[in-house]
Amino acid sequence: MSGCPFNHHPAEAPDGGTAKAGAPAVGPATAPGTPAPVAPDAGSANGGKRGLSRRGLFSLAGVGGAGAVAGLAAGYLSHDAVAAVAARAGTGSSVVPFYGERQAGIITPAQDRLHMAAFDVTVEDRAALIQLLKDWTAAAEAMTAGRTTGATGAVDGPYDAPPDDTGEALDLAAGKLTLTFGFGPGLFEKDGKPRFSLEGRRPDALIDLPHFPGDALEAARTGGDIVVQACADDPQVAVHAIRNLSRIGFGKVRVRWSQLGFGRTSSTSRAQTTARNLFGFKDGTANLKAEDPALLNEHVWATAGTRPGEAWMAGGSYLVSRRIRMHIEIWDRTSLREQQGLIGRTKGAGAPLSGGEENTAPDFGIKGRTGEPLIPIDSHVRLAHADQNNGVKMLRRGYNYTDGSDGLGHLDAGLFFIAFVKDPRTHYVPMQMAMAKRDKLALEYLKHTGSGLFAVPPGIKAGGFIGEGLFA
Amino acid sequence: MPGTPLPKMTLPKMTSRRRKSLALVAAAAAVPLVLTGCTDNTKTPGSSASAGPIQVTSNKTECKVSIGSVPSGNLSFAVKNEGTEITEFYLLAEDGLRIVGEVENIGPGLTRNLVVTAPAGKYTTACKPGMQGDGIRAALEVTDSGNKTGVDADFQKLVDTGVQQYTAYVRDQTEQLVTGTKAFADAYAAGDATKARELYAATRMHWERIEPVAESFGDLDPKLDAREADLEPGQEWTGWHRAEKDLFPPAGYTALTATERAKIATQLVSDTEELGKRTRTVVLPADKLGNGAKELLDEVARGKVTGEEEIWSHTDLWDFQANVDGARIAFENLKPALAQKDPALATSLDEKFAALQAELKKYAKGDGFAYYNELGPAEVQQLAALVDALGEPLSKLTSAVVL
Repeated sequence: MSGCPFNHHPAEAPDGGTAKAGAPAVGPATAPGTPAPVAPDAGSANGGKRGLSRRGLFSLAGVGGAGAVAGLAAGYLSHDAVAAVAARAGTGSSVVPFYGERQAGIITPAQDRLHMAAFDVTVEDRAALIQLLKDWTAAAEAMTAGRTTGATGAVDGPYDAPPDDTGEALDLAAGKLTLTFGFGPGLFEKDGKPRFSLEGRRPDALIDLPHFPGDALEAARTGGDIVVQACADDPQVAVHAIRNLSRIGFGKVRVRWSQLGFGRTSSTSRAQTTARNLFGFKDGTANLKAEDPALLNEHVWATAGTRPGEAWMAGGSYLVSRRIRMHIEIWDRTSLREQQGLIGRTKGAGAPLSGGEENTAPDFGIKGRTGEPLIPIDSHVRLAHADQNNGVKMLRRGYNYTDGSDGLGHLDAGLFFIAFVKDPRTHYVPMQMAMAKRDKLALEYLKHTGSGLFAVPPGIKAGGFIGEGLFA
Repeated sequence: MPGTPLPKMTLPKMTSRRRKSLALVAAAAAVPLVLTGCTDNTKTPGSSASAGPIQVTSNKTECKVSIGSVPSGNLSFAVKNEGTEITEFYLLAEDGLRIVGEVENIGPGLTRNLVVTAPAGKYTTACKPGMQGDGIRAALEVTDSGNKTGVDADFQKLVDTGVQQYTAYVRDQTEQLVTGTKAFADAYAAGDATKARELYAATRMHWERIEPVAESFGDLDPKLDAREADLEPGQEWTGWHRAEKDLFPPAGYTALTATERAKIATQLVSDTEELGKRTRTVVLPADKLGNGAKELLDEVARGKVTGEEEIWSHTDLWDFQANVDGARIAFENLKPALAQKDPALATSLDEKFAALQAELKKYAKGDGFAYYNELGPAEVQQLAALVDALGEPLSKLTSAVVL
């Protein structure tokens, strides 16, 4: 992330920018070599001239990291009057484009770190909600491009005001940050009454998840009106993003829960190797991949639905999050034979127990000496496999987590499961119900302690804002 | 060298099985016989850890064993299936009949390890591609490494005796469970809540002592022991915890009617009788005992030590004690055999069972225990620490006896 909110020339900060703490606030036009700044003035956040908001800046940087900037009306998005800034060039490799047909952070090759937060909206004013989404859009665009938030960033504001940006991502590259937004059932209805004039707009697929056997959900880790998934290769970049979005939202939203994750447990691209979960097994071998557009259309991307009121979700997806505590210590006392039997794969290579190598398709029919299948009936691989679930697949994007210890000397650790599906009614609930009932792994070694389901709208076009279609 | 910590203790974990090599076993040959009762020398100082196990490759027509002669002790085979069918590997005694060790169900392309303890003698190796016929056989000579195996001919007899004793214990507990359940059900159905509450935890102890066996009947377990959180939408809730909620009602709870109570009680008795019937024919090999003991401790660590099992009655300590009882009996039944194979593990388990039992005893009250919600955080932590201290070595019991 840039140390200077007003851009860095590639030659000046080839490796992601240099913080200039204490440097006087300078307008972008004064930054030598800054390509094509648009807004002439950098106003202070408190009463300066209203220039083009940085939050309102829709720069091509989001598309490719080049410095060219497309300006929009001044003050369009935010109370902050700010200067237009383009992202540094030279950060292209660590920048994932924010704008696009789909939201980033779904089929983007899974980054290594996660910070996810679910918010409750604490106001009932539709205009305030829309303004927040616009502010978030601008901040998200800036941060994913490796810039700071706010009019004056972390260090270039008035001496007697708290800085706009919290600053812990200064000097860090964009880190492939993606910010993915979704709406929970609570945004549409509260106590049975519609909110924000969204009558009829809640998609039918945005159900209230049923109670699954064994669920031990904690209210403080469950639900939420809006979710933000921040993924990055650097944990500090992801934390910075959620922290600044939370800050922008104070007074309108309140963090309901948040979760840090490390160690992606899924591969969403064939370019990635398969990572391991905390049970030590490769996870995500058979995941849907970005390279399979036809399968993504079939299983991940939502359609316009059957009612006009839900058509805004076309091209979006549904995000299921489940905080799955693993009984790590008990697992570690389990024999290798049982571990492999529970999973249905070998621990070393990740090959299905029916034979072959990691990517060999499992053969659920092949039987061993006792007439029992080599891949046990109650194994995780079998129960989760498309063949056992009416052919449905999902795009998983989970992360390992550990939240310290539980006070009994056991790790509070597990898998923060995230999946993107076309329709949770067909693509998540039946599978999870089967797993919760029959998967021995789930019964003896897992405990679901948090849950969320969110409608993830399609991508944002330059000039638009998150979930614009919902409010159209 | 009495009192020497025996390296065997670490063997069953098998995490370092790749290092448990021919070279190690060979190196052991040079080590004087110092560890009586110990057959494994993987931790012998100066031994090399670089070589791997005996390589076996199996395909449709061949069963290649990388070496024809090995020193006695723990032998580790890495069996790779290079064929297209499921294969198996056997280590047979000289007569070609008695199975010393086997690894079944190796899928095509997979490698599986077999670790066995083998005294000096002549052996036969066999791969069985397709799991058919006599297999492809070859001779394997195990030379005297100088280390006694430490296991005498009566070992199998000790195991068998232990298994018989435990099987009898399971039956006895089941019978007591059936009798106790009837008394509980009668009191509950009759609306004698005081008596039913008194009988609740004590009767459940018979269930908790044999929980892994009872749980092996996948249809009966949820009918008898499902907690409310375990239910799926629409599923009928029966069994002990249904009655528990009714007998120890949370605030705002609507009590069951007499008819509903009677129905729960009748079902509880009939499911328990069915359990008793099935338990009479259950077969419990030694590995089931060892794993069952471990699973009982897992039960404690997962649900009892957290107070989740008896969420309304708070009688978790009764269950806790019963799980520990069940685990201890299984261990004690296997102890004579274990003492031959791994006396240090036997001693360690003795100590840890005793420590946990002593801690549990602190909470004894009359015929029962304190309610779990009466314990403070430090007390729960201490119990949890002792459960972990016991659980870790207990998880090594099965492989120590079965290997």
